Amino acid sequence: MATKGPRDEKSSLERFAAGLQEFYVAPYRRSFARARRDEDDLFMLLVFAETLGVPNPAACYTMELMPVLYERFHDWHRRMGMERSPLDHIGCC
Amino acid sequence: MSSIALMIVGLATMAAGFFFYSKFIAEKIYRLDPNFRTPAHELRDDIDFVPTNKFVLWGHHFTSVAGAAPIVGPAIAVIWGWLPAFLWVTLGTVFFAGVHDFGALWASVRNKGKSIGTLTGTVIGNRARNLFLVVIFLLLLMVNAAFAVVISNLLVANPASVIPTWGAIIVALCIGQAIYRFKVSLFWPSIIGVVVLYSLIFLGQSYPITLPESVLGLGPKAQWIILLFSYAGIASLLPVWVLLQPRDYINGLQLFVGLGLVYAAVLFSAPEIVAPAINHDVPAGTPGIVPLLFVTIACGAISGFHGLVASGTSSKQLDKETDARFVGYFGAVGEGMLALAAIIACTAGFATLGEWQGVYEKFGSGGVVAFVNGGGQILANGLGLDSGLGSTILSVMAILFAATTMDTGLRLQRYVVQEAAEIAGIKPMQKGWIATLIALGFCLALAFGAGGDGSGGMVIWPLFGTTNQLLAGLTLSILSVILIKLRRPAWFTAIPLVFLLVMSVLALLVQLKQFYEAENWLLLGMDIVILVAALWVALEAAMAMARGAEGTATVTEGGSR
Repeated sequence: MATKGPRDEKSSLERFAAGLQEFYVAPYRRSFARARRDEDDLFMLLVFAETLGVPNPAACYTMELMPVLYERFHDWHRRMGMERSPLDHIGCC
Repeated sequence: MSSIALMIVGLATMAAGFFFYSKFIAEKIYRLDPNFRTPAHELRDDIDFVPTNKFVLWGHHFTSVAGAAPIVGPAIAVIWGWLPAFLWVTLGTVFFAGVHDFGALWASVRNKGKSIGTLTGTVIGNRARNLFLVVIFLLLLMVNAAFAVVISNLLVANPASVIPTWGAIIVALCIGQAIYRFKVSLFWPSIIGVVVLYSLIFLGQSYPITLPESVLGLGPKAQWIILLFSYAGIASLLPVWVLLQPRDYINGLQLFVGLGLVYAAVLFSAPEIVAPAINHDVPAGTPGIVPLLFVTIACGAISGFHGLVASGTSSKQLDKETDARFVGYFGAVGEGMLALAAIIACTAGFATLGEWQGVYEKFGSGGVVAFVNGGGQILANGLGLDSGLGSTILSVMAILFAATTMDTGLRLQRYVVQEAAEIAGIKPMQKGWIATLIALGFCLALAFGAGGDGSGGMVIWPLFGTTNQLLAGLTLSILSVILIKLRRPAWFTAIPLVFLLVMSVLALLVQLKQFYEAENWLLLGMDIVILVAALWVALEAAMAMARGAEGTATVTEGGSR
């Protein structure tokens, strides 16, 4: 009869801990995702503030981040209630 | 009669329901397909739609649906004797709740994880969907008001539970900080949290706390109700990771520990049931067993609230369609087990019939306090604990259930107010704290409007049951329409549907008379709203079923597979 080695015991403990973690996290996963998205939206607003005509004292830093955020720009402007891209130089839609 | 026999028969019936009846339903009626691509896979976004291990999902589902209701309902209903409550809980779980919860999960999975609310609009019609929203709002309102009274009664009846009750908030706050701020792995905080929680029960036993006899003309019960609502208001405004999430979690762990303790104690002590099987000598003013039994015990026999959880969150996480049987049906069995434990505690936890009759001197006087005292005695006899300590353990268990539900309920009500304000374009009402104050105002109005000392929440308990059953009726009607449209036997959902609607309408009529005679205009108004909704549901369901039988109903593609 095969006996369980320490590795098996560890993995079942790990599985139990993972189950516990899932039990903790899952009911509130949606709330956290929403909060994170709201935070990201605010950050996006800061980065694109200058190009939207809002003076931004940190523009020289946030400007550098624009290429990184281009991919998410389309979803963001639609969430902000703008069907089409508000910026001429970004032809996302 | 020995309570062990009751426990074994009850658990065996529910086990047979799970192993045989649910298998039949899964294979012949819902026809689960292990190869069906569930929404968790098809629409996976790692937020709402995440394939989850069936045991973990069952844990979520069960702890989300389990609250104080499966304790309160049976604890009141044993006034008619233990047999009717026992039969309704066991057979209700097997033939009503299991099919209902399992069906809600199945219907949602077959329709891209849509909630019952959305399915109501699709399957029955928009009028029924609007009705659904009204019913949900009333249900939340009643839950908050009723649970505040349940907790306040327990805190007054058992001052030893004050320290562990409020201490549990500190334990939850510490777990939240440990997990998110200090990135500690969950395993140790869980163990330490449960140990500290139970240590606080010992501390509370040594330092019971009572409130002053009168503050501004308010007695201790009313003072607790105001304190509880103030706490719930603050808790619902805090970020969820700070309090609600760890509190839900620790409460879930405590549920498993508490349930295990009660059943183990019954097994070791085998207490005799002192209450009569059927109580022919009910106190004056006790309403008739039919229809009131079937709305007094809602959760634990069948509850519409479970359909909301099943279709709202559980369906989006189902890994395989065949897991629906375990998560949905066995989730209902978990509730039934809690209700069965409550029946045993309230009928076998007393020394003599006279003592039992002393507690059940009028309708509603037993309640959760009877569960705590009776169950405490059983814990004392079975596990050798001090009976006061046993009562405190169960008291804390019931309080934490009710408090967690209140926290979440108030938060949901706040969202409803904010959404309504957004639609109406009222800016100030969209602010979190103002919306919370408005939601609290509604709850307090109900709690104090229907009872001078804030006990109005308890007066409406049967009304809560009726509303809950009405919601279950709505879900069963959706299931019946889908089954009829699919040309499958619909008896298994239609019979419980008809039974529930008849009992709910009869109960509402009985209550209407009571509220009118008591000149309680607030509850009378609510009763009329719910009665109209119930009749409306019956009509809409009948029309939708007729359309389904003629083959003209609009059932979503997913449902017709």
